[in-house]
Amino acid sequence: MALVLNEEQRLLKDTAKDFLSSTMPVSELRALRDSGDTHGYKPDHWQAMCELGWSGIVFPEEFGGLDFGYLGLGAIFEQTGRTLAASPLLSTVVLSASLIQLAASEQQKQELLPAIISGELTLALALEEGHHHAPTAIQTQAEKTADGYILNGRKSVVLDASSADKLVVIARTNKDSNGSEGLSAFLVNSQVKGITQHSKQWVDSRSASEIIFENVQLSDADLLGEADQIWPALNIALDRSRICLAAEMLGGALECFERTVAYLKERDQFGQKIGSFQALQHRAAILFTELELAKSVVLDALSAIDDKRPDLPQLASLAKARLNDVFEKVTSEAVQMHGGIGVTDELEIGFFLKRSRVATQLFGNSGFHRDRYATLCGY
Amino acid sequence: MNSADAFRQEVRTWLEENCPPSQRRPIVREEQVWAGRNKTFPNNDAKLWFERMRDRGWTVPDWPQALGGGGLDEQQTRILKEEMKALGCRTPLYDLGIWMLGPAVLEFGTEAQQHEHIPKIARGEIRWCQGYSEPGAGSDLASLQTRAEDCGDHFLVNGTKIWTTNADKADWIFCLVRTDPAAKKQEGISFLLIDMNDPGVTTTPIELISGESEFCQTFFDNVKVPKGNLIGELNKGWSVAKALLKHERKLMSEIGGDTPGPSFGPVQAALEYIGLGEDGKLKDLALRDQLVRHEMNFRAIGLTHFRSFEERMHGLADPNVPLIMKYVGTEETKNKDELLVALLGHQALGWGGAGFNDDEILTTRGWLFSKALSIAGGTSEVQLNIIAKRALELPEHNAQA
Repeated sequence: MALVLNEEQRLLKDTAKDFLSSTMPVSELRALRDSGDTHGYKPDHWQAMCELGWSGIVFPEEFGGLDFGYLGLGAIFEQTGRTLAASPLLSTVVLSASLIQLAASEQQKQELLPAIISGELTLALALEEGHHHAPTAIQTQAEKTADGYILNGRKSVVLDASSADKLVVIARTNKDSNGSEGLSAFLVNSQVKGITQHSKQWVDSRSASEIIFENVQLSDADLLGEADQIWPALNIALDRSRICLAAEMLGGALECFERTVAYLKERDQFGQKIGSFQALQHRAAILFTELELAKSVVLDALSAIDDKRPDLPQLASLAKARLNDVFEKVTSEAVQMHGGIGVTDELEIGFFLKRSRVATQLFGNSGFHRDRYATLCGY
Repeated sequence: MNSADAFRQEVRTWLEENCPPSQRRPIVREEQVWAGRNKTFPNNDAKLWFERMRDRGWTVPDWPQALGGGGLDEQQTRILKEEMKALGCRTPLYDLGIWMLGPAVLEFGTEAQQHEHIPKIARGEIRWCQGYSEPGAGSDLASLQTRAEDCGDHFLVNGTKIWTTNADKADWIFCLVRTDPAAKKQEGISFLLIDMNDPGVTTTPIELISGESEFCQTFFDNVKVPKGNLIGELNKGWSVAKALLKHERKLMSEIGGDTPGPSFGPVQAALEYIGLGEDGKLKDLALRDQLVRHEMNFRAIGLTHFRSFEERMHGLADPNVPLIMKYVGTEETKNKDELLVALLGHQALGWGGAGFNDDEILTTRGWLFSKALSIAGGTSEVQLNIIAKRALELPEHNAQA
C-alpha cells in the first residue's frame, strides 16, 4: 500500500503536466469538436503520447514496455483529466491491452502488445449492449463452426471504435450459459464483411459507436485465450479501467475546482469579492474536503492494481463511485458559482461538466458500484 | 528485518506478555481508568495494565523519557498504536492532560513548568479539565470575559466557564482568561492553570439530551492563582490555545476508535436486526444503500488519515489535510450513529428498563451524544470557515462594503 508517489512517479506527473498543458489544453478538445471530427482524438497527439512512453508504462520490458506500474499511469491519467485530453489511452492500453495481457496466448501477446506500445495498433472493446453498464448481460453470440465462429449481435456503446484498427468483441460462446459464464473475447478486424458502425455524437466531444454484427465469419485464431473463460480477465480489465478513469476524473474535478476558487477571488459583486461570502465559502470548503478524500481513494486503488491485492474489486468500486459523485458535484457547483458565464460555451467549465456525466456512465454509475461493494462485503 | 519491523516484533511480544486478557476486551465506560489524585481502578487487571504501561512510559509513548514518556518517534508511536489495536488492548489511561494540555506545556511551558506538570500527567496523578467556552463565548471564543487581574504576586480570577468536561471529577483546570481588558479580542488573553481545590472554585454538572452529565459549568469567585501558573507569555494565550485546539480536533477526528459504544458496528447491526434476503442482499434495500455509503465513506476517511501520515513520513506533508479531518470525522460519526438507530429500528428507541439490552441503550445514548461532536472543539461551521481561509485563501468578508 502506497499513498504517496515516489520521486520517479512525481517526475512523470510533472512531465505529463508540462506536455499536456502545452500540447493538449482544453482548447484542443474544443477545436476537435468544432472540426466535426468523428475520430475522437488527433492521431498526432496519440503518436506523441506513445513516443513519451505512456502506451507502454504498465507492460513488461519483454514486450517493449517500461514496467512502471499503475501508480505512474494513474498520475498521467490525472493530468489528462485536467486538460480533458482526448486519446485512446483508456480504450486501447487499459481496457483492451489489459485483457490481452491477462487472457491471450503467448503468441498473441507477442504479436499484439509491442504494436500497441509503439502506437501502430489501437483497439476498442465491444462489451456493452444496453443503456447502462452491465458487463455480464451479453446476448451477442459467437456460434462454433467447423473452422471458426459466426458472430451475431449488437453492441450499443463502443468507446473509440471509429478510430480503432481492431475490435475486441465480447460474445457468448456457450448458448446455454448466462451471466459471467460462457463468455469469450475475439479480436475482430473492424473492416470485415457483416459489421455496421454508427458513430455517435456524444456530449463530451469524444468518440463512441454502436456496432452491429451480422454473420461475421471468425477463425479459431481470432479467439483471445480460451473459449468460455474470459470473465475473470475481463473483470480485472474493467476494474483497472474504472480506477484509471477515476484518476482522470480526479484530475478533471481538481482542475474545475481550482478554476472556480480562482474565480471566487476575482469576481466582484456587492462591492467585494464573491469569495468573501460565507454561503460560497462553505460550499467551496466542503468540495475541498471531498477532493482530499477522493485523492486517497484513487491512490490506494492504483496501488492495489500494482500490488495485485485481493481487494481490488472493492477498491475499484470505491474509487469509481466516489469519483462519479465528486466530479458531478464539483462540476455542478462550478457552473453555479461562475454564475451567468458558467452556462456559456465560451467558458471551459462546461466541457468539464459534460465530461463528468459521460465518465459517470462508463464502467458503472454510483448505484452499480455501491451495489457491487455491498455484495462483495457480504450484505 | 528493518528496525521498524524489529520494533513491531518487540512491541507485539511485550504486549502479549503484559496485557492481561481482560484488558483486551472492548472498553466499556465504567471500566475506563481516568487519571486523578484519587484514582480508582475497576479491577486488579486494569491496575496492573496501567502500571505496566506507565512504567514503560507508554501512557504517553511519544513524550520525552526524562519526563516520564516513552521517547518513541512518530513511526514507533504509530506501530505501538497499531499493535495495541490489533490485540484489542485497552487505552491504559484516560486524561485531557495526555491529549491536550501535555503537548501544549511541552511546546510553550518553561523547563520548571514541564518538570512540575508533565511527569504527573504521564503517571496519571492529576486529572485535567479544560476551561475555554463561556456562556457568552461559544464559537466566538475570543470574546471570553473571565478576568485574571494582576495583583503583584498572583492573579485574581473571576468569571465562569461552561462545557468544562468532567470538571466535577478533575483536579486541575487549564483556562483561557482575559488579562488585558483594553486589548482587542485575541490580544488580551492568557493561558492559566488553576487547582480546582483552590478556594472560590465551584462546579455544577449540566444534564444533556443523552441523559449524561459529563459537561459542567465552573465558577471562579476571587480565586488566587500564583503567577507561575501562566503558560506562555502574558496576553499571548491565544497562540497556546490554538496549538491545543489542533490536538483536540485531531483527537475528535479519530474519535470512535476507543470511545464506549455498542459492541457491534453498522454491518453487524444490519445483519442482526434486518438480515439478508434469498438474494444475499440486506432485506431493506434503502437502508442497504445508506449502509454502504457509510462504509465507503468511512474507508475513504481512514485512507486519508493514512495518506496524511505517509506524507509526513516522506517529508511531503500537506498542511491543509489535517484541517479537514475534524469536520469529516465528526460528521461521519454522527452519520454512523443515525444509521445505527435506523438499523436497530424499535430497539433503538429505549431510554432504559426492561426490553432493551446494553448495546441497544448504548446505541441510543451514543446517537444523542454524537450531536455534541460537531459542536465541541469548534463547530463544523467554524471548521469550514477555517478551511476557506487557510486552505483556499478566500478573502475576509467586509460587512461595511
